[in-house]
Amino acid sequence: MGRYVVRRLLQMIPVFVGSTLLIFLMVNVMGDPVAGLCGERSCDPATAAQLKREFGLDKPLWQQYLTYMGNVFTGDFGTAFNGQKVTELMATSFPVTIRLTVVAIVFEVVVGITLGVVTGLRRGRPVDTAVLLLTLVVISVPTFVTGLLLQLLLGVEWGWIRPSVPPEAAFDELIVPGLVLASVSLAYVTRLTRTSIAENKRSDYVRTAIAKGLPRRRVVVRHLLRNSLIPVVTFIGTDIGALMGGAIVTERIFNIHGVGYQLYQGILRQNTQTVVGFVTVLVLVFLAANLLVDLLYAVLDPRIRYA
Amino acid sequence: MRGITHARWAAGAVAVALAATGCGGGAAGSDGGIGTAVLSSSWGDPQNPLEPANTNEVQGGKVLDMVFRGLKMYDPRTGKADDMLAESITTTDSRNFTVKVKGGWTFSNGEKVTARSFVDAWNYGASLRNNQKNAYFFGYIEGYDKVHPTRGSQSADRLSGLKVVDDHTFTVKLDQKFSSFPDTLGYAAFAPLPRAFFTDHAGWLKKPVGNGPYRIESYQRGAQMNLRTWDRYPGPDKAVNGGVTLKVYTDSNTAYTDLMAGNLDLVDDIPAAQLRNVRSDLGDRYINTPAGIIQTLEFPFYDKRWNRPGSEKVRTGLSMAINRKQITDTLFRQTRTPASDWTSPVLGVQGGFKEGLCGKACAYDPAGAKKLVKEGGGIPGGQVKITYNADAGSHRQWIDAVCNSINNALGDNKACVGNPVGTFADFRNQIGQHRMSGPFRAGWQMDYPLIQNFLQPMYYTDASSNDGKWSNGEFDKLVDQANAESDPIRSVATFQKAEEVVRDHMAAIPLWYQNGSAGYSDRLSDVALNPFSVPVYNEIKVS
Repeated sequence: MGRYVVRRLLQMIPVFVGSTLLIFLMVNVMGDPVAGLCGERSCDPATAAQLKREFGLDKPLWQQYLTYMGNVFTGDFGTAFNGQKVTELMATSFPVTIRLTVVAIVFEVVVGITLGVVTGLRRGRPVDTAVLLLTLVVISVPTFVTGLLLQLLLGVEWGWIRPSVPPEAAFDELIVPGLVLASVSLAYVTRLTRTSIAENKRSDYVRTAIAKGLPRRRVVVRHLLRNSLIPVVTFIGTDIGALMGGAIVTERIFNIHGVGYQLYQGILRQNTQTVVGFVTVLVLVFLAANLLVDLLYAVLDPRIRYA
Repeated sequence: MRGITHARWAAGAVAVALAATGCGGGAAGSDGGIGTAVLSSSWGDPQNPLEPANTNEVQGGKVLDMVFRGLKMYDPRTGKADDMLAESITTTDSRNFTVKVKGGWTFSNGEKVTARSFVDAWNYGASLRNNQKNAYFFGYIEGYDKVHPTRGSQSADRLSGLKVVDDHTFTVKLDQKFSSFPDTLGYAAFAPLPRAFFTDHAGWLKKPVGNGPYRIESYQRGAQMNLRTWDRYPGPDKAVNGGVTLKVYTDSNTAYTDLMAGNLDLVDDIPAAQLRNVRSDLGDRYINTPAGIIQTLEFPFYDKRWNRPGSEKVRTGLSMAINRKQITDTLFRQTRTPASDWTSPVLGVQGGFKEGLCGKACAYDPAGAKKLVKEGGGIPGGQVKITYNADAGSHRQWIDAVCNSINNALGDNKACVGNPVGTFADFRNQIGQHRMSGPFRAGWQMDYPLIQNFLQPMYYTDASSNDGKWSNGEFDKLVDQANAESDPIRSVATFQKAEEVVRDHMAAIPLWYQNGSAGYSDRLSDVALNPFSVPVYNEIKVS
């Protein structure tokens, strides 16, 4: 198990270097970021040159990348164009997005798995058909439509929630945005669980467990669910990273000042430091989530532990 | 949540009652019901640190407008430059100016505003070392080339044209005649700065200190700024409300939704998607007034194909092929006005706005357009590609509309296409590197309400915003003359002559004047936008 973890950690290094380099190249290919800094008029050449020097943009790209990576390892993510440290931006935006992601994941786990189990055990019944139809609708409707619709209905028409989330973004204010963010994944989790459960219901070990006369509850939770959760856990694990990075749409609709907001601003203003910094952290989150998933496998299925 | 709405309504009613009984007729902003309520307003995250000489976009400018007062101030209604901190600004030769600063003004931290507050601030703004994006505003002052050379490092720290005479007097020497120089001093870049700005710069940036009607109580970067009325503000334009909370919105649609739901009092940018509903949603709480913004199509004059004899006919033909009225009516729902000159209606007739100066060249005339383009040798390369940035605004829609109009007029389906560029930064980058192969989108928001500001930076040879590199000796000569002219009326007339040169060569196609739009909740009254399309916060009453 220990060697397994070490090997996984070592694999993360090339992924990390490769992905940050790619982002670095992509942001730089878009052209000179200083050009957009002075608004509709061009910066005067002297100021532009000075700004480039200050942000290190006058050096060759490989050198910029090396300096950048060197700084990252000392915890220095550089300075955004508005004069703020990128780490400062991270400190304000990551907690908000993490809270949002937690809300979304909780929805996925609780609602998604419950619905999946219920429908998986009652395949072909009206409940199953209804949930299948519902998830199909959720999957096919884009997030921004769901978001705007809920915002309009709950926020403006019925006045149950505030249409926008205040800067502090406490958990209870994030319930609706979290639901919107989770909606599509939630539908997938439901469907994945349903299929998995339905399949395993016919397997030998379940039949054995029932034959042994175990209570139904124990059969479902200990035997059926535990074995059926492996694909679902994989999905939810990879989804953590996707949710954090993909919150751009949801955060924009509900005016949440999280990672999506900073990334969006960074891309719009072609702010290399912000974009690369945030993506670097997101890559780390992705990798960590994947690692966690692999470790969870081992917990769920002892056979993997010894592989 | 219904209950909350009711409660707020009730509180509002009590406040009104108090105001009516308690201090009816009393001066607004004194100790009554009115004057203590705080309003909330939509805001965008400023792109640059909030230094006066470093702020070149409207969101940061909005704050500077509230926390700073300069030598002059532009009248929120007429745009006229009136004395604010200036006791007098005198000159005998339009080149040497003596500025007397009024006594009795302080910054909100108690420090006195003196001549030095200005001279230090201006030196700071001009210095290359400080990377101030509005440094070129000080370019007229003698010694600028030493403090801010075009290349290399600076050889002086202070502008030689600025001299402090005594506590309340300083002199300015320009490197050329510029009679309307005093009128430019209302621009935020010329604001005075307290000592704290220089001694504790980082601290100042966290919480800027100024001398305006509001002081910053707290600033949570990227999220919210709380401004409160500064009680001891000595100026005549005291705030009549208790303060303003600026809330950062990523999307103007969300701000609008918040306004509808009663969580926000004022939005100063109605999203294009809501223009259809805004009148039924807000009624007369919707403002749509002209702002000092003009949109044009510029041409790459560095490209020979656009700069050969006769191509002005092609350019004029293209201008005549654009149905401005139809586009502003249907697409922009009258939040823009078809342009018929190269300035803006906010200047007023006296300031140099001349409706119809463009004449036939800006009137929709498909037949005439077709004829002119043909006479001029046809469109270079057979196709006009209009370059724009697709990341913001509704540029795509209107560029498509303009192209459709041109295609219809010329009877050629492929005469015009849009050429989108992904980001604004890349768009500016390509413009800066002179890589435009055809016309490109340009927007000009005035810095100060002077006709000079609409012409010189855009069309003077090698001027700061002359992105198309248009150059015309006659135009330059007329601008120089107009700047040297001490009589404002004759100065404006000379500028208009220069504008006619722009027209005759069609240096840029004027499209439309942009309006400022805003909407507000029923708690507010006396809401107006100034010529810069920024709400006049200090005059807003909250009930």
